[in-house]
Amino acid sequence: MPDAAAILETRGLTMDYRDFRALEGADLRVQEGTIHAIIGPNGAGKTTLFNLLSGLLSPTRGRILFAGQDITGHPPYRIARLGIARSFQITSVFPHLTLLDNVRLALQAGTRHGYAFWRSDRVLDQFTDEAMQILASVGLDRLAGRPAAALPYGQKRALEIGLTLALRPRLLLLDEPTAGLSLEDAARIMEPIRQVARNRTIVLVEHNMGVVAALSQRITVLTRGRVLAEGTYAELRTRRDVIEAYLGGAA
Amino acid sequence: MARRIGWAALLAAGLLLPMRVYPVLAADILAWALFATAFDIMLGYTGLLSFGQAAFFGGGAYTAGLLTQRLGVPYPLNALAAALAAGLLALPLMGLAIRRRGIYLAMITLAFGQMVFYVVNEWRSLTGGENGVQGIPRPALGGVDISSSTAYYYAAFPLAVLGLLLCWRIVRSPFGRVLLAIRENDVRTETLGYAVHRYKLLAAVLSCALSGLAGGIWVINHGFVALDAVHWTTSGLVVIMVLLGGMGTRLGPLVGAALVLLLRDFISTWTDAWGVVTGTIFILVILIFRQGIVGTIERLLEARTRPAPAPAPAVEEVASPHRS
Repeated sequence: MPDAAAILETRGLTMDYRDFRALEGADLRVQEGTIHAIIGPNGAGKTTLFNLLSGLLSPTRGRILFAGQDITGHPPYRIARLGIARSFQITSVFPHLTLLDNVRLALQAGTRHGYAFWRSDRVLDQFTDEAMQILASVGLDRLAGRPAAALPYGQKRALEIGLTLALRPRLLLLDEPTAGLSLEDAARIMEPIRQVARNRTIVLVEHNMGVVAALSQRITVLTRGRVLAEGTYAELRTRRDVIEAYLGGAA
Repeated sequence: MARRIGWAALLAAGLLLPMRVYPVLAADILAWALFATAFDIMLGYTGLLSFGQAAFFGGGAYTAGLLTQRLGVPYPLNALAAALAAGLLALPLMGLAIRRRGIYLAMITLAFGQMVFYVVNEWRSLTGGENGVQGIPRPALGGVDISSSTAYYYAAFPLAVLGLLLCWRIVRSPFGRVLLAIRENDVRTETLGYAVHRYKLLAAVLSCALSGLAGGIWVINHGFVALDAVHWTTSGLVVIMVLLGGMGTRLGPLVGAALVLLLRDFISTWTDAWGVVTGTIFILVILIFRQGIVGTIERLLEARTRPAPAPAPAVEEVASPHRS
């Protein structure tokens, strides 16, 4: 595989909290255009990895390369502008803003209009059509005028995905997009993700093995902050250490 | 249409104000309404609870007062210089303070406010220490006579209105929408690609510069400035005005400022303990109507129409240091 282009690569990525090593020497290569799943039991370091990749944390040691560029320690906004967008495991939207404004703000983020304090907010109208398309793609266009706080949980998750898609990123980091969802809601959320994945790269943290098996081309197994194994679902499903680590941690 | 009539009525009320109350109080209301509205850009729209705004209002007042008394700088240049000075002062102070959130931001800004107070108190050769700056004249550009209090009110009115219009434009601009997003969820705003620190700093500098403008308008009205302008009680008073009127609403800070000043004027004719009365009213309003006077009225009106795009946050949402 080293011949194929890696859009994202980590080298020896290590993260220490006060007296706890959340991630230890993690090496990761994500090929462009693939869906790459990260699995592992709770506390394996998956969310820490995402926080490092999106710039919310700075690693104790190690490097992160995106499209050949070293982005280690870059602030989150710069990483987002380079084309890495993330969703959050704990739904992270703007509760008092309408769905339309949630998405329009995400669309505006890629422009310079944000600093224009002397202009009317009608500037945002130019994003309305595109925002409505994105809302439609996650099944929320009929609720565009509602504040996000009024949505039930499943639709908030869909909005969360919509915000991430609105950034038109080269690389999407999806942190448990189906967490807490019913099977139908999970399927409904995965559909727009599948659409987008056609010409983008996705790194997916997911507990639902059905989703992982159906979507991902490669899987990395994390346990206790280390990379235990990497391969396809077919390769990994029979490996004893993977099953033990995963089931042992979850049980 | 109803909205236009409302604004016209407000403008008319502003123009007629010095006929209902004495002109010095009327101009005071202008200055404090601008101060409170400018502060709400930070408090209500960005979620930055600063307890040191006296540094910028008072800093602006001392700047305008000294420039006028020592160099004869005329109105409105002296008030505009006050805005510039307060904005420049905000750059380093708020640049440091906005690295913290919630109650920690409140503590740091309180400390900065106290620092400014001590500098003003100790630098007697410039500020007059406890005596303050007295006998500030009222020269005006083009030799217009604004020495009477009524004339000054009508000179200050357009400048205060311009300041208010700028505040209202800022919160209803693309920039203002980003500020709302930051208030709602700053981590999410940052991961969308907005440089949250720069937005907070720009919001704070604009807010503080407009607070300085208010300080300038205020000091020329009184003709003197003393330490109380930079005292922490001034910082506290503007917080009370905004919360009482309704933070994150356009007219709330203005209503809060007018109400507090009119009450103070009315009550202080029969007791010096006006603070006890306004304090009690403040506590009652916040306990019963958490969104302040205008916030509560807006809510009642909206309940009859449709859900609000961006309702004002309740007091504890801004004050709590959520998400560390």
